[in-house]
Amino acid sequence: MKISELIDQTQGKLLTRESCMDPDRMIKGGCSADLMSDVLAYIQPNAVLLTGLVNPQVVRTAQMADVAAIVFVRGKIPPAETIQLAEEVQIPLISSPFGMYELSGRLHQNGLPSLENAIED
Amino acid sequence: MRDLNFNDQPPRFKGKVITDQLAGSITRVEELAYIIRIDEVMTQKLITISPNASMSDVADLMREKHISGVLVTKDEDLVGLVSTEDLIKCLINGELSAPVDKYMSTALVTLNSFDFLTEALKTFARTGLGRLPVLDENKKLVGILTKGDVTYGILRALEHDYHEEEVRRYRASHLFEDIESDRTSLILRYVIKHYDFMHGGSASSNIKKALLRLGANPQLARRVGIAVYEAEMNLIIHTDHGGSIHVEIEPHQIAIYAWDDGPGIANTEEAMKPGYSTASEEIRELGFGAGMGLFNISRCVDEMKLESELGKGTQLTMKVFLKKDEMVGEGYQTEKE
Repeated sequence: MKISELIDQTQGKLLTRESCMDPDRMIKGGCSADLMSDVLAYIQPNAVLLTGLVNPQVVRTAQMADVAAIVFVRGKIPPAETIQLAEEVQIPLISSPFGMYELSGRLHQNGLPSLENAIED
Repeated sequence: MRDLNFNDQPPRFKGKVITDQLAGSITRVEELAYIIRIDEVMTQKLITISPNASMSDVADLMREKHISGVLVTKDEDLVGLVSTEDLIKCLINGELSAPVDKYMSTALVTLNSFDFLTEALKTFARTGLGRLPVLDENKKLVGILTKGDVTYGILRALEHDYHEEEVRRYRASHLFEDIESDRTSLILRYVIKHYDFMHGGSASSNIKKALLRLGANPQLARRVGIAVYEAEMNLIIHTDHGGSIHVEIEPHQIAIYAWDDGPGIANTEEAMKPGYSTASEEIRELGFGAGMGLFNISRCVDEMKLESELGKGTQLTMKVFLKKDEMVGEGYQTEKE
């Protein structure tokens, strides 16, 4: 799924500049989490991250884990430092009016599989 | 190439205040038009003719040199320009023997050699002319500029940009082959401040970028990035005064050392267990402190050692061993056994 499609599907708004991303990057699946350590531990590359957390560490986490895009749920708007950092590291930020559960369901139904690794023991 | 304003369209940014938003969409080509001076791309070899020469000399010169306009100079001063159009007029009148100054145009549009290409582009668009004489500070004729010169000049500059970037990449990825020693390593050092959430992750970000630059594959850079990021956040959250991170990169392994001077961990075995956390509610609200950090690091690296003494400090050592195809430096990727 392309970023433009993701924006449509989430009924979202792109918060970062269009020139600060690769519009052709493909999103292979998704992962929903508010715990950044969970993201770092379980997400696979090229996923969209759905989260309710808006601080710059979300972007850092995404950068380390090769996340393709971040969607803030429930219409949350991050502070300017978060947006600035995202533009710097070329990760698009989207704000969607849906809640995390609703949005995860919608994207999953529309063809984005879970990119969360199963828990190992 | 778009938006070079070769046509009569107004420049994209004309009359607009350049906001950050707009600045972000300025292309390198547009930028170059503001950086490259006219005298850097103009043609300096001039084909000129005297005003006293005949129009048939002009016809010969045009045919011989495959040009469609000739500058007319007298004592090195520009006095006119004779174009194919002027020549046609002359032919209609059957006056090939007439002197050049009878048919040349004297109302000349000229460019300043010290102006930037944007000025030339504007003049081309405004006048519809295809070639303009260039004068220096003293109004002396020093060259001629065509639209082709502008395109060629910008392409050359873009090629130069590209080449420089290639060279930088090449040099970085060949670092380990170009330098000879019995054992070469690159050490990156970072100081991490306590509770500096604003910059938290910038060291990890730089380390990941450095690895990619050195030619490491993306999976490896990701693994190291995640491990260092967890360690970096631990220094920010759990120490008294922050700490340091050193990364030693060698062709066959990457060793990461993160240490601090307190407060230390009472039971390192407990701390390694997933879910064990001493983080405050405030830290948890930031999305950290789930007790997954050290456990997560152990999954990303090949070897990990956690040493700590209460009241003294903690040292975390992480090592990643590189397989043949992961090795840093391009040469190692192609080297066959």
